[in-house]
Amino acid sequence: MPLWLDLTVRVVAVVAAFLVLPLVVGQAEHKVMAHMQARLGPMYAGGFHGWAQLIADGVKFVQKEDITPRDADRRVFELAPIVALFPYLLVFLAIPLGPGSLVAQSMDIGLFFVLAVLGVGVVAVLMSAWASANKYSLLGGLRGAAQLLGYELPLVLAAASVAMAAGTLSLPGIVDAWSPWWLLWQLPAAVVFFVSGVAEIRRPPFDMPIADSELVFGYMTEYTGLRFAFFLLAEYVGIVVIAALTTVLFLGGWHGPFAEQLGWLWTLAKTFAVSFVIIWMRVTFPRLREDQLQRLCWLVLVPVALAQLVLTAAVKVLT
Amino acid sequence: MTDDGERSTPGQGLINGLAVTLKTMVGRSTTQQYPDVEPDLPPRSRGVIALLEENCTVCMLCARECPDWCIYIDSHKEEVVVPGAARPRQRNQLDRFDIDFSLCMYCGICIEVCPFDALYWTPEFEYSELDVLDLLHDKNRLGAWMPTVPPPPAHDVLGEPSKEEATAARKAAGPGAATPAKTARPAAVRPAPSPTATPGPGSDAPAPGPGPDAGAAPGAPE
Repeated sequence: MPLWLDLTVRVVAVVAAFLVLPLVVGQAEHKVMAHMQARLGPMYAGGFHGWAQLIADGVKFVQKEDITPRDADRRVFELAPIVALFPYLLVFLAIPLGPGSLVAQSMDIGLFFVLAVLGVGVVAVLMSAWASANKYSLLGGLRGAAQLLGYELPLVLAAASVAMAAGTLSLPGIVDAWSPWWLLWQLPAAVVFFVSGVAEIRRPPFDMPIADSELVFGYMTEYTGLRFAFFLLAEYVGIVVIAALTTVLFLGGWHGPFAEQLGWLWTLAKTFAVSFVIIWMRVTFPRLREDQLQRLCWLVLVPVALAQLVLTAAVKVLT
Repeated sequence: MTDDGERSTPGQGLINGLAVTLKTMVGRSTTQQYPDVEPDLPPRSRGVIALLEENCTVCMLCARECPDWCIYIDSHKEEVVVPGAARPRQRNQLDRFDIDFSLCMYCGICIEVCPFDALYWTPEFEYSELDVLDLLHDKNRLGAWMPTVPPPPAHDVLGEPSKEEATAARKAAGPGAATPAKTARPAAVRPAPSPTATPGPGSDAPAPGPGPDAGAAPGAPE
């Protein structure tokens, strides 16, 4: 296969996954959340159980007027949704789907790349918050910045524990080195990574920066139409990314029966299972207060992640 | 999250919460698919008020009791020649009976107060209009609701016996006899008749109360 064809196929596959998986997760959230509240959720759009609800939502968002507040910093305001969305697209490049070359771009420093790119999210939050010229946006953005900076630390520490255990920073390499007893050995790191990952994408119960009951809609208050849809899409892509990273780092990615042929299916199934848990937590738990949020991060997750690092190092040295 | 000291196990509440939502998810949802599926309404639902025109005597009680004056009644007197009678009788002929459902607050006082059972609740509720003026239902529209009046629900076996049953039982037992209904709930049935009363027109006249009411109430409306 010539290089350009190979490249085209990979890019198209990544973009397709980028557009389809969040919609599937979003629709699942509609339905799961509805049934967890003894409702039915969307039932009309598209005919069968409202399968086209998110497409209808997208059409609605496109039709809406695109408003930029008069006092807003126009250029920054318009750029922020792209900055929020784009890092996740890059993360998709590095996530291995199956054994062999089933990864868009195999990188030796894949884990480092992923964590670095995810950190860009805080810039988008601050950009949208400051450029909106709105007090709610600013409050939400500052909360978001504090939260994202705080939870970056346990996220990186937990990921570092896996990297130490595997002895590599390459994501396919980590999955290759994975063995089932890591489920127990790396369990604290898995929990810390998952919780801080959910906080990184600002999902409930960690949605203090958005907090629609007190801050209107946080840093997204002034956004309408397509730009707002980009923020929403970024949120759902974030779910997929965090679920996929948890799968790849801690749940063994493509490992499972018939991994050689059905590896990609295992990765997808585990990703959706973790996404379900993210939705489940959203429905179940009330929002954490700002001080509880920081407390959980600095007094629980960071010490646990550090202890896990010590444990990983001890096991590595002794075996 | 983990700093609540009194709990037996840390995180117990979180697990319980997750269990609740999971149980709700696998259970049946309670959504009623209303426009597609007719709702299952209880028999005493207050949907709209139906008028049985033949029963109305234009006594105006409903219009006067209505808290927001949404019942409009017009009538005229008619002479009815009764064969064999010395003079023609006069009766009220109903000309207009309107209920303005844009004002009605569905308190049901008109239905309670009607001595001749001319008004009924029906569970029909789909009579919304684009113009608020169209919510004024005239007597034909109110009469058209009559076929939708459900039969009254069966008598509650634990409730107090109906007036008719109590009267019949007392009559069958003879004067002064202690019927079960009387001994169980003397106040609820009727004031105890004087022991010297004899069976006859004197003693059963007060019991049925207003004649048409006792006769028509429990039966299904025509």
